[in-house]
Amino acid sequence: MAEGAVHQPLPHDSADLHVAGAAAYVDDLPEPPGVLHLAFGHAEEGHADLVSLDLEAVRAAPGVVAVYTAADIPGENNVGPVVHDDRLLADGEILYPGQPLFLVAATSTRAARRAARLGKVAVEPRPALVTIADAKAAGSEIEATQVMARGDADAGLAAAPHRLTGHLEMGGQEHFYLEGQAALAIPGEQGQLHVISSTQHPSEIQHLVARMLGRSHAQIAVEVRRMGGAFGGKETQAAAFAVACALVAAKTGRPAKFRADRDDDMNSTGKRHDFTAEYDVGFDRDGRIEAIRITLASRCGATVDLSPAINDRAMFHADNCYYFPAVEIVSQRLKTHTVSNTAFRGFGGPQGMMAIERVMDVIAAHLGLDPLEVRRANLYGHGRDVTPYHMKVEDNVAPELIAELAERAGYEARRAEVDAFNASHKVLKKGLALTPVKFGISFTTTHLNQAGALVLVYADGSIHLNHGGTEMGQGLMIKVAQVVADVFGVPVDTVKVSATRTDKVPNTSATAASSGSDLNGMAAKNAAEIIKERLDTFAAGQKGSEEWSFAELCRRAHLARIPLLATGFYATPDIHYDRAAHSGRPFLYFAYGAALSEVVIDTLTGEHRVVAVDILHDVGRSLNPAIDLGQIEGGFIQGMGWLTTEELVYDDRGRLLTHAPSTYKIPTANDRPARMEIAIWERGENVEATIHRSKAVGEPPLMLAISVFSALTQAVAATAPGKGLPRLDAPATPERLLAAIDELRSRNDG
Amino acid sequence: MIRFLLDGDVIEVEDVDPTGTVLDYLRYALRRTGTKEGCAEGDCGACTVLLGELAGDAVAWRAVNACILFLPMLDSKALRTVESLRGTHPVQREMVERHGSQCGFCTPGFVMSLYGRSIGAAGTVGAPVGDVIAGNLCRCTGYGPILAAGEAVPVAAEDDEATVEALRALRPAYGHPATAEELADLLLANPDTRIVAGATDVGLWVTKQHRDLGQTVFIGDIADLRQIEEEDDALTLGAAVRYSEAREALARLHPDLGELVRRIGGVQVRNAGTIGGNIANASPIGDMPPALIALGAELTLRRGPERRTVALKDFFLSYGKQDRAPGEFVESIRIPRPPGDMLYRVVKLSKRFDSDISGVCGAFALRIEDGSVTEARIAFGGMAGIPARAPACEAALAGQAWSEATVEAAAQALAEDYQPLDDLRGSAAYRRRAAANLLRRIWAEQHEPVSVLDG
Repeated sequence: MAEGAVHQPLPHDSADLHVAGAAAYVDDLPEPPGVLHLAFGHAEEGHADLVSLDLEAVRAAPGVVAVYTAADIPGENNVGPVVHDDRLLADGEILYPGQPLFLVAATSTRAARRAARLGKVAVEPRPALVTIADAKAAGSEIEATQVMARGDADAGLAAAPHRLTGHLEMGGQEHFYLEGQAALAIPGEQGQLHVISSTQHPSEIQHLVARMLGRSHAQIAVEVRRMGGAFGGKETQAAAFAVACALVAAKTGRPAKFRADRDDDMNSTGKRHDFTAEYDVGFDRDGRIEAIRITLASRCGATVDLSPAINDRAMFHADNCYYFPAVEIVSQRLKTHTVSNTAFRGFGGPQGMMAIERVMDVIAAHLGLDPLEVRRANLYGHGRDVTPYHMKVEDNVAPELIAELAERAGYEARRAEVDAFNASHKVLKKGLALTPVKFGISFTTTHLNQAGALVLVYADGSIHLNHGGTEMGQGLMIKVAQVVADVFGVPVDTVKVSATRTDKVPNTSATAASSGSDLNGMAAKNAAEIIKERLDTFAAGQKGSEEWSFAELCRRAHLARIPLLATGFYATPDIHYDRAAHSGRPFLYFAYGAALSEVVIDTLTGEHRVVAVDILHDVGRSLNPAIDLGQIEGGFIQGMGWLTTEELVYDDRGRLLTHAPSTYKIPTANDRPARMEIAIWERGENVEATIHRSKAVGEPPLMLAISVFSALTQAVAATAPGKGLPRLDAPATPERLLAAIDELRSRNDG
Repeated sequence: MIRFLLDGDVIEVEDVDPTGTVLDYLRYALRRTGTKEGCAEGDCGACTVLLGELAGDAVAWRAVNACILFLPMLDSKALRTVESLRGTHPVQREMVERHGSQCGFCTPGFVMSLYGRSIGAAGTVGAPVGDVIAGNLCRCTGYGPILAAGEAVPVAAEDDEATVEALRALRPAYGHPATAEELADLLLANPDTRIVAGATDVGLWVTKQHRDLGQTVFIGDIADLRQIEEEDDALTLGAAVRYSEAREALARLHPDLGELVRRIGGVQVRNAGTIGGNIANASPIGDMPPALIALGAELTLRRGPERRTVALKDFFLSYGKQDRAPGEFVESIRIPRPPGDMLYRVVKLSKRFDSDISGVCGAFALRIEDGSVTEARIAFGGMAGIPARAPACEAALAGQAWSEATVEAAAQALAEDYQPLDDLRGSAAYRRRAAANLLRRIWAEQHEPVSVLDG
């Protein structure tokens, strides 16, 4: 096999540029002459009628060239992805605090931002629904409540020997991509516009810009070379900034750049949905679930955005790895007057999974069993292999994977050590938990599961690779380059990866749902194989061709008028879904993993640390183990942040109070567990014919961090043995942990 | 005008905007775009650069956040950015080898922090790599490969001879006051002048609040204000002594002070921020004041030629208001050394251990003689509009037997001392409960380990 082929732990294709500071992001590109810098004027007030906008002082401010409001938009005033309800600039009604009201174009960023603060905004405040409870009480929803069911949950619950109910709350999460939202638009001839955007979804921005300006898709070219992080936060949320640039470029004829201030970015773009989960579970004396009803509710924010699909995915993952003989999953999607929540790594899956993992802990505590035994008793298995959405689980490796992790991490001995520690310490308490992950791979909106690629082979043997996927740090470009290099049998550095552009590969899906390499890898392989077959056919008729280098082959093929370019395409097979019935086969396959986390808490302050983590994760046959390990570790730490230090605090008008890294705390290097053992499951191999039998890895590892939350719950439980499982909501800040300890201790025995 | 050294070249900038940032200058004037803006408030480290200044025959380097570093603060300094390393430094090669970058946006900042460590820059000597990069946020990697890259590069001083020569030849151009006396005269003549020390707070007034600071004076380079005097009975710190410079002396005063400083900002913030600034701007959540109040620290304030001494506890009048007259400035702070028989503890509670602002910060100084508490000085931050003593709690301790019952009574007495607020860092209920528990924890730690940070 050639050097640089698949399955090799190659560095990220841009690693050398990253470390040298030479990798260019949108704001690093040379600024075109005459470029204007943009800032939004944001609503300070939450839900309100916009009575008037006096922008005289804004227009008069130093450096200001143009100021626009909704009335200046020539076409559709929308940046929403599916339902066209997201205004670029507010029109009549302010839906949430931080909403853009007007747009300032100035000669410098500082001038634009200063001027944007000078708008005089007259509003008539209206009642604001801020929390899930507010919206529930008002019956405010973005779409009708959805129900997914199999079997008779009511009958099963009534007949079960044991039955418990309870509930859990989970906070949202800010993406905190290090590169804030950014875009640059450069006007061209005949109404053409070149937009460079830090986006996961260039095609969508192309479409939104076209509709906003009343132009054709073919006039708008959107480009993205790389993002400085995205995590779902640049799937739909990049659009406002890019569309704003397009508006200014079209209106003024000058290039326009938008680089969002971090606070403005955090205030005015969506986040992970916060959820509540209620459960009613019936089970036998071994803890095996007989029937369950899980009721999920989420804060979707002011507009629809991707909330229907996100909440669907929460339902799809409320089973995690477990079989339910009878089940009903109810999902409420609540409309509030807060910034519209959006995609974030896991896309609802983590919230659904948190609910069922809490149920596992509750059952174990009730029966006095080891939580791992309860989890194992409930795993999918032979004759117990149909999900709540009627899909048969055909690749279940969770039992093997859990057994291997428990063995290799010494689960039994560690449990005994933790018990001994807790018996000898009054202030510090430890907790331990092993939780699994099963995550469905494919967009649940079936038509999105397609991808295109363009491969160009030059007469000198170098290869230019382009596809619809975008690079946000996840290593997509190197993986797809490895696939193409493997087809041609050339070193990977022969393959030049290039910026994603809508004028090279059209009609692309967002790089999302962990699907990047699955879809684009297959499309690129298809294109490369078309050319390879032509080269092979050509070479077969040529004397001495086996001695030719690849470059020589290409040179001669060109002279022989063999076409050395091809497009490739891939559409995921075998998936279908009836959303009305919530039934079908929405996923091609599942990615699995398991993690064991050990934590220690201070029962007087609620402070905690994660002291040790062992992870075993299934990536099928890894396309690039180095990249995959990076995704696993990074996903875990990001998930740990969501469940521990990262707390979004809103006031009663829905204003975000934690809108900067000074107040919103993602993990630092010292929060990384002191001992962290991460292994790719060696026996992993996708049963489906995916790209080189690999599995998607972007999202699933985030949910391994649920083991941290479960371990914290166990540590709190250890403060008052015999009193059951504490109430604990996420994120488990010191304050919540201390409150949970106090609540548990105050319970009556038994 | 300012004049500074960049990779051996002398750069002169005419008509300097006193509140223009070094980051913007690098990115948009010099087109050195490797240095990134992640937050523009000194919390993410993506803009980390190294500043060098003469220290005898060597260059003292320190990593700082360029986003909140004003251009005048560059005057007569040497500057290094990620481009200075040309992609070939061992730190950069280790980062590539160990897959230390994913999206790559934070990477230049990490490279500069680790590079600083590799040449023994301020605040890194003897520090674990985790502490060196605690002021750098990465959202992709989970940090493991970056920590490993840092560990892999040995610490060794670089040959700075050329930089030393160049710095010696570099004449200051901005006209900062050179002595405390010049500063005193300037402030007497222009009492409304905004004093800028490290700009770790004032920087945000510009980058975030878009405030016009009016006339400014930069005091970070005034040698008189950068003195550290360690005596048998006290430590005296000039107002412009930076956290990283003071840390070792503070740790010698008491280990808890060293640990507290470790948890204030990241290395970059501690390399710019000053203890004098933290006191003088009177943030209600400043971490140092409670710790110093409990030790009975005093400030020397100067106005023109006149000096007066005020107990630190009396300096804070009410929220955002201090006992400082127009034209007056904090010149130094004197911190008495805790006697050997004093039980002194400082505990900071925050959502995240590193680089976070405390929800509650408690400092306890107890003298225990023959089993009785003879003196108790207790101060908290985060419990009131200003850092404040806890008289009821102190009274419940003083003169009592050092016992669990006394501690319990004192813990409960804290309820009389403070009416804390609900805010984004914690509810009033949590603050009350945790503050009392901190006292209980001091009792408990006589018998067993109590901190999750230990071991």
